[in-house]
Amino acid sequence: MEIKKPAAAGTLESSDCQVTVEAGSGGIEFSLDSAVINQYGNQIRKVAFDTLKNLGVNNVRLTIVDKGALDCTIRARIEAAVYRSVGQTENLPWGGAIRS
Amino acid sequence: MINAVGRDIPEEILKRTGKEVFQGVHHFDGHVYRKHGPLTQAVINSEGSKLVDSIHDVLIKCGIKDGMTVSFHHHFREGDLVVNMVMEEIHRMGIKDITICASSLGKAHDPIVPYIEDGTITNIYSSGVRGKIGEAISNGKLKGLAVMQSHGGRVRSLVTGEKQVDIAFIGAPTCDDYGNCRGIGGKSNCGVLSYAMVDSLHANRVVAITDCLVPFPNFPAHISMTRVDYVVVVDAIGDPEKIATGAAKPTTDQRKLMMADYCTKFVVNSPYFKDGFSYQTGVGGASIASTISLAREMKERNIRMRFGVGGLTKPMCDLLINDQVDCLLDTQDFDLDAVESVKDLRHYRISAGQYADPFNKGAVVNKLDFVILAALEVDVNFNCNVVVGSDGVITGAQGGHPDTAAGAKCAIVIAPLLQGRIPAVCTEVTTVTTPGESVDVVITDYGIAINPRRQDLIEAMKDVDLPFKTIEELRNIAYSIAGEPEKVEFQDRIVGIIESRDGTIMDVVRQIKPFEFSEE
Repeated sequence: MEIKKPAAAGTLESSDCQVTVEAGSGGIEFSLDSAVINQYGNQIRKVAFDTLKNLGVNNVRLTIVDKGALDCTIRARIEAAVYRSVGQTENLPWGGAIRS
Repeated sequence: MINAVGRDIPEEILKRTGKEVFQGVHHFDGHVYRKHGPLTQAVINSEGSKLVDSIHDVLIKCGIKDGMTVSFHHHFREGDLVVNMVMEEIHRMGIKDITICASSLGKAHDPIVPYIEDGTITNIYSSGVRGKIGEAISNGKLKGLAVMQSHGGRVRSLVTGEKQVDIAFIGAPTCDDYGNCRGIGGKSNCGVLSYAMVDSLHANRVVAITDCLVPFPNFPAHISMTRVDYVVVVDAIGDPEKIATGAAKPTTDQRKLMMADYCTKFVVNSPYFKDGFSYQTGVGGASIASTISLAREMKERNIRMRFGVGGLTKPMCDLLINDQVDCLLDTQDFDLDAVESVKDLRHYRISAGQYADPFNKGAVVNKLDFVILAALEVDVNFNCNVVVGSDGVITGAQGGHPDTAAGAKCAIVIAPLLQGRIPAVCTEVTTVTTPGESVDVVITDYGIAINPRRQDLIEAMKDVDLPFKTIEELRNIAYSIAGEPEKVEFQDRIVGIIESRDGTIMDVVRQIKPFEFSEE
C-alpha cells in the first residue's frame, strides 16, 4: 500500500496510543515516544513493523506516541491510520491484511 | 555480596557507607546499643526570647558551613515552603556540600534541583523523592548518595547517631517566642508534628519556623521549648490548600472497588478479625475503599476495632466518630477531616519513633493486626517496590511500608495487576524496598495470592470464596496480557541505596541509561 495523505488514529489517553502516518522517503522511518519505552520499546517496534508488513506498507514515516497501549491496540491504531491515509473506510480486509 | 532478598550489593557501596547487607527482618532483634546524644547549648539567661529576625541570621547563629547536615519534616506535604526557603538562603550564602536529611521530599521541592546540580546539596536522606528531584538523582546529578529510609529507619539512624543532624528546621503551624511548637492551629494547620519530634530530640541545633507566633506558653506543646534553640517568623511556611485537601471522594473505579471488596472479605475471614483488632491503611483509592467496606462489615458483625494507626484520612476518623474504634494513633494527617479529628481526645499524636523505630523498646507497628498497603511492583517472592518506577527513575517513598509490613500480623498489598501496561506482579522487582518475608497477601483485580510462608492463612482461607491464585499465576496472567517486560537498563554508577529499616542495605539504585532500540 502507498501512503497517499497524512492520517492519524488513536488518542493520548492512558492505555492508548496516537499513531500518525505520512508518505515516506523510500523506506520505513519509525519514531516512538512511549511511557513504557524501557520495558516495551523493542516490542512496540516489532509490532509496528509486523503490522506495516502485513499491510504491505514499506514507504512511510510512522510516528507513535504511546501511553502504555497493549499490542492489539497499537496494531489497530496503525491499521486505522494507514487505511485512513488511503481513504478506505469500507470493505476492509478483515482476517486478511488486517489480522484478527 | 548477596543479601537476604537476593540482591547483589557491591563491595564498593558497603565500603563507602560502612553498612552491612540486609540479613532478614528480625536479624537485629535484641540488639543492644547506646543512644547518641546531640550537642546542647544551655540557656540560663532570662532574656526571654529566642526570636531571630531571618532565616539568614539563624543560619549564621547556628554556624552553617560547608558539609553540614540539615533536616526537615514533611507534614506540609505538597504544600511545604520550608525546605525551599531554607535551601535558597543556604545557596545564596554560597555554602556547599550540604546533606539534606528529610522525612520525605516531594514535587513541592522541585525548586531545589538547581542546588543539587551546582553542588550546594550533595547527599539526600529521605523516605523518598518524587518529581524533578527523583529525575535529577536517577540521572546522576547528585554528587553523593541518595539514601532512602523508611519512617522507622530514619528514626533509628538518628537515635543511633549513624546519621547526625547539625541543624533541624521545624515548620511549626503555631509557635511561641520560646519555641513551644504545635501542629494545630495557625494558617498551615497540619495536625501533628510526629516526624519533627524526632529531629528535635537528636539534632545539634533546632530551629522552629512559624507563620503564626502566639503568646507564651503555646501549650500543650507538641515539641517543647526545652529542645528548641531559635524561632524565626516568616510570612508563610505552607500552602494550606496543598497541606490537607478535602477528603478524597470515595473511588468509583470498579476495579479498585472490587479489590477493596476482596480485601475486606479476606480480612473478615482471617483469624485476626475479632473484637479488639488493630488496623492501618494507606491513602490509595483501594485502601480507602476497603476501610469504608470494612466499617460496614464491622457494624454488621458487631466487631469493634481497638486502635487504628496512620497516616490518617476521613474514613479512619469516621470510625472514631461512629464509635467503632477505641482510639487512633496518628503520625500524619492527609485530609482536613483528619486534621480536625486531632482535637478528639481519643485521637492520640505519636512520634515517628513510637510509630515505627525498629531500634526502640517496641514500636506501635509491632502491635498491628492488619496493614493494607499499595505497591508499584511485587515480585514472585513477594518483595515489594514502592520507590523506583518501572522505568528505573526514583519516584516514590518508602514511608512506613517496610515498618508496618514487618510489624503487622497480616500485611496485605493491593495493586491492580496492570498499571497501564506495566505488570504490578513481576518476576523480579526493579528495586526491593519491602522484603517478601514481611508481605503476607497480594490482592489484584485478577486474583489473590497468599505468601506460601503463611500456610496458616492459606489453611484459614481454604473454604473462602475468593479467587485465590499463586503469585506465579498472577504474574503469568499479567505477562499474557501485556507481554513480558524487558529489564530496564542501568549504568554502573550507584546513585542511591534503599536502606532497610535496620540500617542495612536492601538494594541499590543506579543511574539510568537512555533507551536505545536493540539491533534488529
